[in-house]
Amino acid sequence: MGILVDENTRIIVQGITGREGSFHARACKAYGTNLVGGVTPGKGGQLFDEEVPVFDTVAQAVEETGANLSLIFVPPPFAPDAIVESADAGVPLIVCITEGIPVLDMVKLDKYLQSTPVRLIGPNCPGLITPGAKCKVGIMPGSIHQAGRVGVVSRSGTLTYEAVGQLSDLGIGQSSCVGIGGDPITGTSFVDVLRMFNDDSGTDLVVFIGEIGGTKEQEAAAYIKAEFTKPICTLVVGAAAPAGKRMGHAGAIITGESARVEAKTAALQDAGATIIPTPADIGITAQAVLQQLK
Amino acid sequence: MKIHEYQAKEIFARYGVKIPRGKVVRTPQEASRATEELGGQSVLKSQVHAGGRGNAGGVKVVRSPKEAEDAAQQMLGKNLITRQTDAKGVPVNELLVEGLADIAQETYLAITIDSSHRGPVILASAQGGMDIEEVAAANPDDIHTEPVDSTLGLMPFQSRRLAAKLGFSPELARPAAQAIHALYRLFVENDCSLVEINPLIATGDGEIVALDAKITVEDDSLFRHADLYELRDVSQEDKLEAQAADLDISYVSLEGDVGCLVNGAGLAMATLDAAKNAGASAANFLDVGGGATDEKVASAVEIILSDPKVKQVLVNIFGGILRCDIAARGVILAYKNKNSSLPLVVRMLGTNVDEGKAILRDSGLNVTFADTIAEAAQAISAAR
Repeated sequence: MGILVDENTRIIVQGITGREGSFHARACKAYGTNLVGGVTPGKGGQLFDEEVPVFDTVAQAVEETGANLSLIFVPPPFAPDAIVESADAGVPLIVCITEGIPVLDMVKLDKYLQSTPVRLIGPNCPGLITPGAKCKVGIMPGSIHQAGRVGVVSRSGTLTYEAVGQLSDLGIGQSSCVGIGGDPITGTSFVDVLRMFNDDSGTDLVVFIGEIGGTKEQEAAAYIKAEFTKPICTLVVGAAAPAGKRMGHAGAIITGESARVEAKTAALQDAGATIIPTPADIGITAQAVLQQLK
Repeated sequence: MKIHEYQAKEIFARYGVKIPRGKVVRTPQEASRATEELGGQSVLKSQVHAGGRGNAGGVKVVRSPKEAEDAAQQMLGKNLITRQTDAKGVPVNELLVEGLADIAQETYLAITIDSSHRGPVILASAQGGMDIEEVAAANPDDIHTEPVDSTLGLMPFQSRRLAAKLGFSPELARPAAQAIHALYRLFVENDCSLVEINPLIATGDGEIVALDAKITVEDDSLFRHADLYELRDVSQEDKLEAQAADLDISYVSLEGDVGCLVNGAGLAMATLDAAKNAGASAANFLDVGGGATDEKVASAVEIILSDPKVKQVLVNIFGGILRCDIAARGVILAYKNKNSSLPLVVRMLGTNVDEGKAILRDSGLNVTFADTIAEAAQAISAAR
C-alpha cells in the first residue's frame, strides 16, 4: 500500500534530456520505477538510454504510453509552462522538483490547478517514494529506504532523508515518504498528505517534519486534532534560526510569533502529537511509539 | 532583494503614487544645497537596508542648510546600528533629503504574499507611524487583512474598503483607493515579496503621500527584472553573505563559533538546532545545494573559514545528488587554499561515503568522524 503511487503508476519525465532530468530519470528507473517516457520539445523521436521514448509534447507522451504521472525537471522560467502542459494533457498527478519558481507564478498556477482535478506535489521538493511498490518519483537516494508501515511527510529534502535514514537504521520501514516542498505556496499541503495517510491501510504511524515560517504546521495541527486517527511524531526545525532571516527556503522567514518553533510545537503537542525532542531523536521516538502500539 | 527608500520612491512616482519632494545626496555640501532648495528646512534620512532607523538616529530634522551640512557630516560614512542590524551595523553612503511634510493623519499599508491565503494580501492599519510588530502583538484587530484574488486582481470595492479601514475621511477615500490600486499593480508587475509604507499620510491639503517606502523584490524573480537587479547595493549586505549569494550558495551569518557546511536547507536548520542542543552555537547557516561540484564545496568552506568567529567546522552531508567524495575533496581544497588547521567534525552519509571518509582520513587534517547527527553535535561541544 502507501499513498499517491503504486505498481500501476506510469511515469514520464519532463526535461529528461537535461542534466538533472537525465541523472534522476536513470536513478528512478534503476530503483524499479515504471518510467515509460520523457518529454523534451524538439527532441521527439529520440530514445533515452536506448529504450525510453522521448516525445515533443506531453499530450503525445500520454497518448502513446498511458502515462499518469509527470515528474518535472525544467528550469524555473519554463517550469510553470511544463506544469500546465501536463495538466492540460490530463495527467492527474504532477511532481515538480524545480527550485526557484517565482512565487507570483505559483499563485496563478495554484489557482488554475484548483479548477482542475490535477494534484501537484511541490515545487521545490524532493518528490515522493513508496518503497513497497518500488516506485521512486524524485531525487531522494533510494538505497536508504525500506518497505514498511511508517509514513513520512516533510517540507524539506535532505532532512527527510535524515528521518528516513534514522528509521531504516532501526529496521523501521516506510509506507510512503512525501516532500511537499519548501516554497510559500505548494500544490499539496501537509493536511492533504495527512488525510491520505489517515485513509491508507498500509500506514500505522506518521513522522511529520515541519520548519519555521508561515502557519502550515498550525493548519496541520488543527486537522490532526479534529480528524487524524493515527499516532503521529512531529519535529519542527529552526529553533536556532534568527528572526527575519531567510534560511534557504523562501517559506521559512519568521514573520511573527506563530512562525516560531515554540508556537508550532505547542500547537502540535496540543493536537496530541508525540514531540520529537531533537533532530537526532527521529528514529528512536518513532520506535518508542510503535512499541506502544504492539 | 531589498532596495533603498529613494529607489522605491522613484518606482512609486512612476506608478502615480505621491511622494515628498526630495533629493539623494552623498556629501554634506549636497545636503546643505538640497535643504536650501527645499526652503531651508528638511529631514535627512539615512539610506540603509534596515528598519528602525528613526530610533537609531538615522533620521534627522534640520532647520537650516548649515544644520543640514553638520548633521550630514555626522551621518555619512558611518555605520548605522538599528534593532534590525547586527552589532556592526550598515554603512550610510547616501541620504535622502526631503521637505518637511504637513502630516494630518498617519496610516500603515503593506502588500505581501501570505501562504495561508495562497496569494497576495494587503495589510492596512489606521495606526501608522508606529512599530507595526508592536501593533500586531498588542492590538491584532487594528490590522485589517485583505486577500486579493490573483486572477481578478484588486477590485475597486476592496480599495475603497481598505481606504475606510485606514481611517480616511470620505473625501480622501478616492485618492487613497487610487494609491492602493497603483501600489498593488506595482507589487505584481515588479514581482515584489513586500511593499510597505509606514506611514502613508494624509497632508493638511488633503493629499495622500507615501512618506516612507520599502520594496523587497523576490529573489527568484530577478531573472526577469534586470532593471531592478541593477539597484542591488552590495554595501548593505553582509560581506560573506553577498559572496555566497554570488556563488548561488545559501548562507546566513550567525553569532556563534561553529562553522557549518550542510547540504539542504532543512538539514542545515536541523544541524543548527542539534549544535544548540549540545551547548554549542553555529557561526552560520549554509546550504551548499544539491548539484555542487568540489570547487563549489571548496568556495563554501572558504567562506566559512574567512569568518574570524569560526573556531571549528562541522560538516554534515547527506549524500544524494551531492556525493561524499566530492564534498571531501572540496573541504580539503579549501583548507589548503586558506592554510587552515581548524578542527573539523565530519558526519557523512549516503552516496560514496566510504570514499569520502577515506579521502579525509588521508588528508592529514584534524578530523573527528561522527556517524549520527547526535554524535556530531557531541563532538563539537567536546572540542570546545
